[in-house]
Amino acid sequence: MTIAPSTMRILSSLLEARTGQCLSEGRHWRVEMALNPILKKRGIEDCNALAASLAAPDARRLSDETVEALLNNETYFFRDHDAFADLPRVFEAIAANRKGRKTLRIWSAGCSTGQEIYSVAMQLRDDERRWRDWSIELLGTDISQSVIDRAKRADFSQFEIQRGLAAGHMLRWFENSDGRWQARDTLRDMVHFRRHNVLDVPPPGQFDVILCRNVMLYFPGINRAKALANLARALAPDGALMLGAGETVLGYSDRFEILPGVRSLYRLAAAEPPQILRVAAAGS
Amino acid sequence: MGASFVKKCLVVDDSKVIRKVACHMLETLDFSVVEADHGGEALERLKTDIPDVVLLDWNMPVMDGMEFLDAMKALALETRPKVIFCTTENDVDHIRRAMAAGADEYIMKPFDRETLQSKIEIVQAGAVNGQSA
Ligand SMILES: C[S@@+](CC[C@H](N)C(=O)[O-])C[C@H]1O[C@@H](n2cnc3c(N)ncnc32)[C@H](O)[C@@H]1O
Repeated sequence: MTIAPSTMRILSSLLEARTGQCLSEGRHWRVEMALNPILKKRGIEDCNALAASLAAPDARRLSDETVEALLNNETYFFRDHDAFADLPRVFEAIAANRKGRKTLRIWSAGCSTGQEIYSVAMQLRDDERRWRDWSIELLGTDISQSVIDRAKRADFSQFEIQRGLAAGHMLRWFENSDGRWQARDTLRDMVHFRRHNVLDVPPPGQFDVILCRNVMLYFPGINRAKALANLARALAPDGALMLGAGETVLGYSDRFEILPGVRSLYRLAAAEPPQILRVAAAGS
Repeated sequence: MGASFVKKCLVVDDSKVIRKVACHMLETLDFSVVEADHGGEALERLKTDIPDVVLLDWNMPVMDGMEFLDAMKALALETRPKVIFCTTENDVDHIRRAMAAGADEYIMKPFDRETLQSKIEIVQAGAVNGQSA
């Protein structure tokens, strides 16, 4: 089967409208593979027929499923080990400014099936005594409802559980039954998950650390800029933003600058001049 | 890592296929690989050349993984290689026993390159290991 150019156009505009991602040329070959399960399940002949069905007025379920299938949800525990190794120092630096209220808020935007934010949770709990009397809020969000459901269940296959996760962490935080690895409630209860589009208004309140890693990869520049602007709004003035290895804010946002001495981490660029000065400058 | 020397890994497994797959992954991770068919042969290799990492199967003829760990301790090597147990055993008791016997990490077969890479990073950094608490 060949995918007609019109099919490709329908699929990419659907994906972009819902998630902000574009279906770049390089990903075309994956489309067929990604959509195959839907074709089988629904008895649809091929991708072209699927695209045609998407035009029907009652196609919301089908279009949801199609978008979910087209997303890349690849993730694993402690992905980019070196970057995670820097995180405790960042938590310490921020915590030094939070001694009064003793709260930390951490957000994983584009969390997929949860490995990233659960890694943060385990890492914080490694230092049990340090954070004992702190209130730590961990939030994972993703555009895809199906990965959010999986993240909440926190039940991983053997393949998933050992990708990036040390045996010590695995034994401490997960129970094995019949080859599935289920997070203990003590870990699961530390994290909340909900559906959210990183291009929409951010969740309320300010976050001390935001992880948005390997999410903007397929965003066109304009959406990267939009997502980064949202993240800048949601970040505490002394907070840190962690991107994926090889991702950058350069060229998409001037709200952030590199956090010196650590990998993949950014902070808000020096504060803008106060409103009154800018108004004065504009008026002069 | 920036170092100019190549890291060395000793792959101990009685399955030629597994050794081949592991070797291939390790080479893409910039390791030079030495193979051994069982614990006894691995021990001989250790006497001449100490690798950075040992990828160790559990069930092998002649000398199995646990016996190898004991024998290696008895050698009292100046620098002990990091040992990653690599087996099809996936129950918690096995994993605990391996770690208690002195393994630094544990991989269940089958695994992919990212998994192997991450386990190597874990043993080399000794940081994010979940054992500090
Ligand atoms: C490749 S995964 C990366 C997961 C994890 N952050 C990591 O680095 O391992 C990218 C995730 O971003 C999600 N995503 C894509 N577009 C999004 C959007 N507009 N808003 C929120 N999440 C999005 C996808 O559903 C997917 O789960």
